[in-house]
Amino acid sequence: MRSAKIYRLALGLGAVSLLAAACTATDNKSDEPVASPTASASGQVSFWHFFTGREASAIDAVVKDFEASHPGITVKVSKGQDDEKMRQAISAGKGPDVGLSYSTDIVGNFCTSGAWRDLNPYITRDKVDMNQLAPVVRSYTEYKGTRCSMPVLADTYGLYYNKKLLADAGFTEPPKTLSQLAEMAKKMTTHKANGDIDVIGFMPFLDYYENSPAHWAPHWAATWFDQSGKSALATDPAWAAMLTWQKQLVDYYGSDKLTKFSAGKGDEFSAANDFERGKVAMMLDGEWRIAFINADKPNLDYGTAPFPPADDKQNLYGGGYVTGNIVGISRGSDNPEAAWELIKYLTTDTGAIVKLANGIKNVPTTQAALASPDLQVDDKFKTFLDIFANPNSATSPSTANGAEYQTLFGTWLVKWQTGRATDLQAGLESVAKQIDDSLSLGTGS
Amino acid sequence: MTTLVRPATDERVVPPARVRKVPAPLRKKRRKHRLFVAALMAPWAIGFSVFFLYPLAATVWFSFTRYNLLEQPVFIGLRNYRFFFTQDPYSLQSVRNTLWLTVFVVPARIIFALVIAQLVIQIKRGGNLLRTVFYLPALAPPVAATLAFTYLFNPATGPVNQLLGKLGIGWQPLWFSDPALAKPTLLILSVWGLGDVMVIFLATLLQVPNEQYEAAHLDGANAWQRFRYVTLPNIWPVLLFAAVTGVIAMLQFFTQAAVASAVAGGTAPVGGGLGERLGYPDNSMLTFPIWLYVKGFANFQLGYACAMAVMLFVVSLAFTAVLLRRSRVFLYGAEGA
Repeated sequence: MRSAKIYRLALGLGAVSLLAAACTATDNKSDEPVASPTASASGQVSFWHFFTGREASAIDAVVKDFEASHPGITVKVSKGQDDEKMRQAISAGKGPDVGLSYSTDIVGNFCTSGAWRDLNPYITRDKVDMNQLAPVVRSYTEYKGTRCSMPVLADTYGLYYNKKLLADAGFTEPPKTLSQLAEMAKKMTTHKANGDIDVIGFMPFLDYYENSPAHWAPHWAATWFDQSGKSALATDPAWAAMLTWQKQLVDYYGSDKLTKFSAGKGDEFSAANDFERGKVAMMLDGEWRIAFINADKPNLDYGTAPFPPADDKQNLYGGGYVTGNIVGISRGSDNPEAAWELIKYLTTDTGAIVKLANGIKNVPTTQAALASPDLQVDDKFKTFLDIFANPNSATSPSTANGAEYQTLFGTWLVKWQTGRATDLQAGLESVAKQIDDSLSLGTGS
Repeated sequence: MTTLVRPATDERVVPPARVRKVPAPLRKKRRKHRLFVAALMAPWAIGFSVFFLYPLAATVWFSFTRYNLLEQPVFIGLRNYRFFFTQDPYSLQSVRNTLWLTVFVVPARIIFALVIAQLVIQIKRGGNLLRTVFYLPALAPPVAATLAFTYLFNPATGPVNQLLGKLGIGWQPLWFSDPALAKPTLLILSVWGLGDVMVIFLATLLQVPNEQYEAAHLDGANAWQRFRYVTLPNIWPVLLFAAVTGVIAMLQFFTQAAVASAVAGGTAPVGGGLGERLGYPDNSMLTFPIWLYVKGFANFQLGYACAMAVMLFVVSLAFTAVLLRRSRVFLYGAEGA
């Protein structure tokens, strides 16, 4: 009797499972052919982006210009969206016509899965000159030959330094090597009466604000994967060199003191940012910080410079981490032609790119926009334009598992920097294996 | 002493040896009755199928596939389950964290709620005010409450460490930023919000017949004996309810750990979602549901996340069954098992 019940239950579950399998979302809209060149797009386009506040207003202004120049198209903008939400919406067939992401890490997954449409047919039809884009930008907007995204401005990372704190410690120039950076950081650090850090010269924790292995990697020329696609954490000596330098500075300060300092940090994207309130003398950050400082603390006396490279790799000086915002058309888009018009406008129209770059202080991605006389460039911002153009600048690779390889590494790094992991090589080998195992599960390789 | 007697089970109705033929009008009436019952049950049946049965079956199916939400799932047999037990670097840690919370938070909440409820019903003046005060934290949304706690326990700027310093205590713990203290701090947060359990205990304690206490008192029972032999048997079903719901809640513990780890680990990256910072520090707050979420929605491995969900479902079911079975032994003796 009992076995008959179990049999019936299993049969029922099996039937519903088959139904579930049959009901898995499918969407073949991506296979629709693109329209002829003479057809004009019209209708409404939904547009999701992650910007908020002042930056969202800059986006709104450019979108208004687009609507004015394309009278048949209206854009419904949703700000403050994130990649996870967009992914879920696309899978449910409710994705936005146009999605803008800050993370180039999703490109591999979005291109291979078809979450974002292949833009090549549109690019070919409209004869878009892709040579307008720098090679590094072209590389992070496509994956294995599939171009499913276009760049909406780029981000580059460099060194911000507080001129007053440097001068107080007897320095007039920013550091050019990591040894100089460490020595200067020690001299610029001050403590409270109870021994806690009051002002830090340079925060070496790799999970502090924009500090991350990905953003540091170009300064050691560290590579994430080898030719066969396996993790290179344990085989590329640059990683061990990076972490050895980092740990020496952590040990100088004391990881407990750094943890306490980090726990008291202000919100990164506000006037409470530690650099903006003078609690950090030198910091790695993106070019957008200039706009934040202009808005939050216009009287802050600071400068920008390339982040120093490893002592034995001085030829890398001038380069840095490059990434950017990317934009694509969801596979379930009801109005891909109008969506493409918006993307084309945001990514290739010089006036729009310059206006947006001036508004949120990001780096333009086309040669024409970079050369535009309307682009507002001062000494501070020029540093980042130079980093962007430097051949030693690099980005991080895209994988089918997104940025998981960075997350797994970052998790172990917390152990490393707080002294709970002491065997560097064994730790790197362990993380490399985790990355390879997970990639194997995600791709079936 | 009051002893509880297990109610007698119903006698099973023995079917007649010979089935008599039912007249047609009666058959029609019965069919109409069955249809009426089915119509009444339809809303529940539809809801159950759509919101429980189908998702459960879909989860089971996806657990045997490689599925990233965007592409068609590919059947890979037991590979997700094998990965969990042999290759996943953080599956064991997430299980350990969840078990830690289950073992410490559930009993702590029950014991403190019971003690507070006992004390509050003893207080004649101001009892109502105290009930309200102890219940209020349960009304705070979990996200807001956790944000408040991360502020209170911030080692650099929070008032708790400042108070410790003013009291001359040199110990300045890192609380949510210390892997050894992160879960105990979550425990403090959970115990602070025990008002929901306390109010149920309060109602149950007020239902215990006074005559039983008077009889026990006459028999010479002291306070502990009165609690052990009068209070406890009377409130046992409610204690069991609190334990079962508490265990299930802890097995699904997500919000507080996610918010605390995201805040203590730094601001969640703009646009990237929460997945990147969950579990901080050193994965000490990486509970099983958080790891499931990270794998599914940050690492795009929905098939694997479904396998984890199936295992969580089975474990929750087993925990509940064992708890119910053990409590039957406690309540009714060996024959009740």
